[in-house]
Amino acid sequence: MLEVNELTTKYITRFKEDVYAVDHVSLKVEEGKSLGIAGESGCGKSTLALSLMGYYFPPLHYTSGQIIIDGKNISGMNPDEVRRTILGTEIAYIPQAAMNALNPTQKVINFIQDVIWAHNPKMTKSDVYDFARQRFELLGLPEEVLHKYPVELSGGMKQRTVIAVSVILGPKILIADEPSSALDVTSQKMVIKMLLDLMETGLIKSMIFITHELPLLYNVTDDIMVMYAGQIVEKGTAQQTVFDPIHPYSKGLMGSIIVPESGLRNAKLTAIPGVPPNLKRPPEGCRFAARCKYVQPECKVHSISMREAKGDREYRCIFTEQQLRKDYENG
Amino acid sequence: MADKQRSCLKGVGLTKVFGLGRTRTVAVDHVNFDFHEGEIVSIVGESGSGKTTLAKMLLGLINPTEGEVYFQGKKRDISSSRKKKEYWKSIQAIFQDPYSSYNIFHKIDDVLLDCIKMRETGHLSHEEKVVLMTEACSFVNLKYEELTNKYPFELSGGQMQRLMIARIFLLKPKILLADEPTSMIDACSRATILDMLLKLRKETGMTLIFITHDIGLAYYVSDSVYIMEHGKMVESGTADQVILTPKQAYTKRLISDVPKIHEEWDLSTVTYSKS
Repeated sequence: MLEVNELTTKYITRFKEDVYAVDHVSLKVEEGKSLGIAGESGCGKSTLALSLMGYYFPPLHYTSGQIIIDGKNISGMNPDEVRRTILGTEIAYIPQAAMNALNPTQKVINFIQDVIWAHNPKMTKSDVYDFARQRFELLGLPEEVLHKYPVELSGGMKQRTVIAVSVILGPKILIADEPSSALDVTSQKMVIKMLLDLMETGLIKSMIFITHELPLLYNVTDDIMVMYAGQIVEKGTAQQTVFDPIHPYSKGLMGSIIVPESGLRNAKLTAIPGVPPNLKRPPEGCRFAARCKYVQPECKVHSISMREAKGDREYRCIFTEQQLRKDYENG
Repeated sequence: MADKQRSCLKGVGLTKVFGLGRTRTVAVDHVNFDFHEGEIVSIVGESGSGKTTLAKMLLGLINPTEGEVYFQGKKRDISSSRKKKEYWKSIQAIFQDPYSSYNIFHKIDDVLLDCIKMRETGHLSHEEKVVLMTEACSFVNLKYEELTNKYPFELSGGQMQRLMIARIFLLKPKILLADEPTSMIDACSRATILDMLLKLRKETGMTLIFITHDIGLAYYVSDSVYIMEHGKMVESGTADQVILTPKQAYTKRLISDVPKIHEEWDLSTVTYSKS
């Protein structure tokens, strides 16, 4: 459904400095599958999302690599053309503050009309209304929301409305970038249920879910990809990555999970010391070397490529899986 | 070491009402609690449940409409600004947004020097003050030499939040109130901040009050947990009691809504609300 090969994109700052926020990222999402992207703030998760959609508006620039959506190569396409032909119809994007996309002076139904008419100007007003009503019913949203102004809706409701509108043109892939982080747990659960319903009913074929909240990611997606400083450091299924991480960074990340479950009170938390590197001048060799507990001099010499591990997994480290496991056992 | 049985902060029938007539809202409604010395307490609630209003009343930033706060067994008296300042020597706070917690015109040295001044340890020479500040900074893994002569906005969010903890390290209050201290930072830095707070509590034996919507965090750190719903305390008890065997329907729902990794996260219970 979506295939990305060695995608590299950069930001060019006002001072003509390059920031490589997405560096040689390859990924593949098959039909009916969902992929989760985890990582600290500033590791390039959201930039990756924008890059996947071909949304190259300054300061973001495309450098190299391929993006193939459903057999169609969109890399190097003019961003204005992408906006006309790809966004909304092939791939849809929900940012964290999606609810702010609603126009406060417009009723929700007018907002939907604008979206549909921009792509299909021939549809009549009553057809649009019927279509919107059916969609809302399918997704468990009450019909009266259509006649309301955004200020009359609660935060969770607004977020769900925007999600419903974002898939109204029938995109194949949905990218959800922290869609529930600004909501409380109950609304969060409703949003997640809605996203899973979308997958189940076939309204969207695949989903990419971005968040730094690992327990949530574990429950939502089939596969998880861990990002660090613009690079992917580990790829695997959700089960593998959360319970049996290979890369030292993933290991640290999983050690910081807090969940309210019995037996986990006062469990040891691992905090990763230090801060991520500055992507204007990324370090030579492994980007995680400066914060890694198991660092060796050779880590800092050559850039590290992904290597394969048992169970169709990949990770980016110079050590073998056995060596790393031994290190973890010894602390 | 502090006595775990002695009451440190107690509230009786604490109520706060905002507005009058049609806009009248009861933000906190006859809340009772008793925090012991050296205890770690969490006040958990969703947005709009009145937890921050309660925190402001505990800090003495707003006056309760009704009810009393007892501090160390005595009725709290903050009627004059001098008494208030005296009270603030015993209770300090860390807020959610580190960016708005500092005076942007004050350098970091001033921030730390103010804390030393508040301690009233008598006259200290400049060198002694620098030693204290260096110690406080190294406690939170910051380097004083790199911070001196800088303004707060030159630091990152995580660094600012850690500097907040350095302040607490210098002040050594009896009570620290942390209002959503980790909700604006990611899971990894959250572990660092929590580690530091718990280490500091171990050293000083202070009472730690967490105000949070993060049930995982509340369960992880606290001895006792209080659950708030629409201004009312609906449930309280030890962390294990409240989180693992909740009695109230509201608490049960809240806990079942948190994504888990070892137990199944049941999505079939979702009912779409009509608002």
